[in-house]
Order: sequence, then structure tokens, then C-alpha cells
Amino acid sequence: MPSDEVILEVKDLVKYFPITQGIVFKRKIGDVRAVDGVNLQLHRGETLGLVGESGCGKSTLAKLLMVLERPTSGVAEYKGDDMYSLSGKALRRLRRQIQIVLQDPYTSLNPRMTVGDIVGEPFEIHPDVAPKGDRRKRVQELLEVVGLNPEFINRFPHQFSGGQRQRIGIARGLALRPEIIICDEPVSALDVSVQGQVMNLLEDLQNEFDLSYLFIAHDLSVVRHISDRVAVMYLGKIVEIGTEDEIYETPTHPYTQALLSAVPVPDPTLRGLRNQIILQGDVPSPVNPPSGCRFRTRCWKAEDLCAQEEPLLVVRETSAGHPSACHFAEQRDVVHAQAEADVEHIEVEGSGESSVDSAAHTDDASTAAVP
Amino acid sequence: MAIDISDRPLPADRAGSPQLLLEVDNLHVEFRTRDAVVKAVNGLSYSLSSGETLAILGESGSGKSVSAQAVMGILDSPPGFVTNGTIRYRGENMLTMPEDQRRKIRGRRIAMIFQDALSSLNPVFTVGDQIGEMFRVHLGMSKKDSRVKAAELLDRVRIPSAKDRVKDYPHQFSGGMRQRVMIAMALSLDPEIVIADEPTTALDVTVQAQIMKLLSDLQQEMSMGLILITHDLGVVADVADRIEVMYAGRVVEEADVGDIYARPAHPYTEALLKSIPRVDMKGQALSTIPGTPPNLARIPAGCAFHPRCHRAQAICATDEPEFAQVALGRRSRCHFWPEVLDAQR
Repeated sequence: MPSDEVILEVKDLVKYFPITQGIVFKRKIGDVRAVDGVNLQLHRGETLGLVGESGCGKSTLAKLLMVLERPTSGVAEYKGDDMYSLSGKALRRLRRQIQIVLQDPYTSLNPRMTVGDIVGEPFEIHPDVAPKGDRRKRVQELLEVVGLNPEFINRFPHQFSGGQRQRIGIARGLALRPEIIICDEPVSALDVSVQGQVMNLLEDLQNEFDLSYLFIAHDLSVVRHISDRVAVMYLGKIVEIGTEDEIYETPTHPYTQALLSAVPVPDPTLRGLRNQIILQGDVPSPVNPPSGCRFRTRCWKAEDLCAQEEPLLVVRETSAGHPSACHFAEQRDVVHAQAEADVEHIEVEGSGESSVDSAAHTDDASTAAVP
Repeated sequence: MAIDISDRPLPADRAGSPQLLLEVDNLHVEFRTRDAVVKAVNGLSYSLSSGETLAILGESGSGKSVSAQAVMGILDSPPGFVTNGTIRYRGENMLTMPEDQRRKIRGRRIAMIFQDALSSLNPVFTVGDQIGEMFRVHLGMSKKDSRVKAAELLDRVRIPSAKDRVKDYPHQFSGGMRQRVMIAMALSLDPEIVIADEPTTALDVTVQAQIMKLLSDLQQEMSMGLILITHDLGVVADVADRIEVMYAGRVVEEADVGDIYARPAHPYTEALLKSIPRVDMKGQALSTIPGTPPNLARIPAGCAFHPRCHRAQAICATDEPEFAQVALGRRSRCHFWPEVLDAQR
């Protein structure tokens, strides 16, 4: 059960990757603004879902929280200690507490190592967790915990199916008894019938070991199922955050609404009865994000104000009680069936294509057609 | 003497009453590898009419893509072989016709959209060249004319400033735009049938919604028959008319889209529907299907699903169930389909 204790806190986290030109004399010609001012809190025992389209900075944020990347600015605190000021032994101790489960179980396991070596490798780096003679037994215990036969310890990854490989990845993540596990798209490479098994396993493990999850995924149904709270990310910023119910039942940011309405529901009787918002184009380039609100180039509500002033992620009068980064936040039901007469179809006109020239972001997609 | 179908004029009124376009009957495909014979498709039958959307639903390794490749005639052979069955396009068996005749149907009357647009497009040619190739090869157009046609098509799939973008290379397009290029290429010669193999799996949801809308708009405009191959039960519910659920190379259930979601008649479909989380429902424990899909080199005896089925009885391990008629236009390959159906009340 989620508690009030904040275990991880991120404040104004920024990560820019420089773009350089030239071979001998490298000149910096710009930045990819992958993460651009993110504030988050992760509580003990909770699952915080992080959703957004590809390229919005979800995985960069995961790497920052693993201290695999150092931020351009901003801080992340683990139980009040700044993670980025640590080095050496202290950093190694921190790494024990924050582990990751990666997306692709086919490429994240070394094909030349046995399962026992893969799951036991964390013990080589942190020998004090399990003394040498004990390790094999510990690995077998871990395999059992994730629902694999402990006798499989000498097998190689190719002898397992996708779901079983993901279990191996989870066992490796659990080896050091971490408090936080960052799950970066842990089920998106799996078949539907196997997805459920892995999600149930993650939930069981959370209860058993009091784990906190940052659950990154692009599948919004999966995130709803597993999360206590959900943050929606767009172009390096969080645009809306709230409990699972707040985000799915009363979304107030246009991007969240568009994202949710785009998720197909497996029920043909709802066909044509859900509010539908079809965006045009793709996410603009993070090299030169639009001024003001970053979503305005694809938004049907955008006005002049949106280009001039960046909306802050705060609770607004119209934002249904949770923070929303939109000047015109307004709740709209996009997941449930509506009465036939009330169904809205919003199709955003214009290209929505990002152009490298930010001047082109003026008003190419600000008109909405509501037939 | 075979009749050259490809030169037959298209029926004038394609929007009229639906016509039977494609009949696949008892199709078997196997891959002969050094170690084993992998039976990828084991007796697949379906039919498709104009204006209809048929979804072929299945997990990876269920044979859904291989069956599409067999229909298109692009199966890697060897190791892949069609060992039995017929594929009829407007009554003509495509498996027995000469290759040059089949070639005229492929691309022109039956077109395919692949999952991964980046690896399906040639990186060293502009998209204009690649779409134009359809016109040059099939219709003998000049390079200049074909480029004009390519621009028209890009415009039709709603790529902005199409005239300039024909000169761009695939890497200059985003994922969604690349998939539009693939669709443009498939639609270039006004095909009657389009087979879309996981067209949106690699895309984000907002882009997926754009692409699915584009596909169904174009389908209605041109009254095409669309075969949608996917594993996504949500996408199917949104666009399909009929569904074939595949498991281990066989269709286990066939029904109209409304019936199958309301009352599945096969335990696999039933379990699949219960195991997916839904965006419009609060999280409750997901029921799961134990185990993993079978290895096609060692398909279990009897009903291929029995090792994972919670309804399995002794008979399931020994006797293969018939593809029994449940209702008109509705069949299930399960010994106990009446029980499955009753459980859904």
C-alpha cells in the first residue's frame, strides 16, 4: 500500500544533449531538450505511471533517476540526499536501492551468460549483499520468487520465451533488494496473453517487498491497471499529474484527452460512442520546441496566450482538483461511452508537423473542426 | 488456357453490392528447416468481400503473418512451402496460375502494408521513386509521369506539401509519415484487396488513431476489401466487421465482431478478452492464460490450446475438435463450445 513517505523527489530536473557540428573544431549548434524541468515525487510502496509518446523524454528521465546520466540542472533526492552529489562508495550504495527492468527481454540479457550468472551478477558488484558461498542459493530463491523453475539456473536466455526472459530481468532487478524499481516499458515487447502474467507478478512483488515503482509505458491501459498515480509527459515536461482516477476519469489537459481518446477499447458496442480527438502530425522536435505551451501546435484550444506564456503545472479552478499545465484546462470524459447526441469528434486541422524553424510554430494547427 | 484476370476491366460500380473477392480454403504452410518441420499454418479458411474488413487476430507465432505472405505469394521459399489448400482471387486459384500472371495481380489487385515501414522502404531511393516504381513497372509510365502520380498519392494519404516531399528519403519522415508512404504505395494502383500486417504496432497511440482513421476512410472511399492482421483487440473492435482468431496456425473462432466480444465461443478468445487491461475500467486483478504459445515444430496433439485451457478434459488431448458451426457465420474449434458460450450469459 502506498504510504505518505516520499522516497524519491525530483526538482526541476533538466537534461539537454548538445548537438555539435564539425569534426576537428566541434561547435555546439543546439540542444536536444530531452527533459526540461520535471518535478515528481515517488512515495514508498506506490506505483507512479509515466506515459507519453516516443521521444517525450520518458527513458531519459529513467536514466537520470538511475544516475546513468547526470542532469544539466536540477536535483533528485533519494530520502532527502541529493543523488547527483554522490560518487564512489556512496553512489554504489545508492544504486543498490534503485534498480531497473528494461523493455526488451531479447536484447537486455547477455546471450553468452547463464541465467544464474545474469541474476547473480549484481552480487559481484555488491559482494556484501550475498557472501560468495551463498550466491547460488540466493539466485535460485530469486528465480522461484519470479515464478521460474530454480533448476533453470544453468540455462541460457535463448532457451526461454519472452515472458520468461522478462522474469529473468525482474529477478536481476530484485537481486539487491532495492526499494525502487524503474520499469521501462516492461511488458510492451510481450504477447497479450503473457503481458498479464508479468503485470500480476510485478504487483505481487510490490506487496511482498514493499517496492516503489516508476512504471514507464506508452500503453495507457496497462498504466491504468497498475498505477496508483499517473504523470503524463509531453516534449520533456509533465503536463498533467494525478491519481489514476483523476487522470483517466477527469483528464483536463488537451494532450491527455487526445492520448486517452486514441486508445482503442476492446468493445465494439462502444464504436462511435466515445469522444474522439484525432491529432495531426507528430510530436515536434525537442531541439526547437514551440514557445509557450509546447502542445499548442497540435492543440485545438490554442490561442495567442498559449504561444506567449508557458502554462505551469498547478492545480487550477477548472482542473478537477489535480495539477494540469494548460491555460484552458477543462475536464472531458474521453474513455467512456457518451449518449449518441453528445459524442464529440475533434479533428485537429493543419499539419502539426514540426519544423526546425520555431517561427513556423505560430498558428499552423490552432483551428479545430467540430462537425 | 488461363484467363488473364489482371487485364479484365474493373467492375464499373465498385460501391455496389459486395462481391466475393478472395477465398482461402484449407491453406497449409510449413517451413522445412534443418532441425524440424515448422507447421505455421494448418488449414486456414476464410473469405473476403469488397468493402469488408476482416481481422485476423493472433499472438506472435500464430501464423497470421505467414498466411498473409502465402496469399500475397511472397513466402520465402525455401524454407516456406504451401503444402495444401487453395487461394482464389475472383474464382481463380492463384496457387496454380503461372508466376507472370500472379505477378500482375500482386501489387495491382492485392496490395500489402507491412508493419515496419522503415525496414520495408529502401533507404537509398526517394519515396517518390519508390511509389513511382509501381506505375513504371505495372503500367509502364515514364519517370516524370510516375513522379506526378506519386505526389498525388502522398497528398491523398494526407502528407503535407506532398509535391516537395516526393524528393525526400525515408529517413526524413517520422514513423507515422512513413506508414502513410507505405499506404500510398499499397493504394497506388487502386487494389481491390489490401492486406495490412500490423500496420500500427510500431506507432504511438495518437499516430495509430490517425493511421487507422486514414485506412478506414480510404477503404470506404474505394470500397476495398481489407484484411487487418493484428494482435490488438482494441483496434479490431474499432474497425473490423468479422474476425478470425488464430492459434497455432489454425482459426479457432470465426464470428462477426459484435458476437465475439459479447459472447466468445472458444476458451482462447474468452481468456484473451479477460486478460487485457482496459483504459475505461479501473484496475482489478487480471486473469491470465498460463504458459506460453506452443512451438510450431511441436504442436500439442488434440486441441493445440489444451495445455493452457482451464476447460480442458481428457478428450482435448487426444481428439482434435471440429470447426463446429455455432450460429450462422459463426464457428468455434472447441469440443465444449456450448459450455463456453453458456458461461458468458
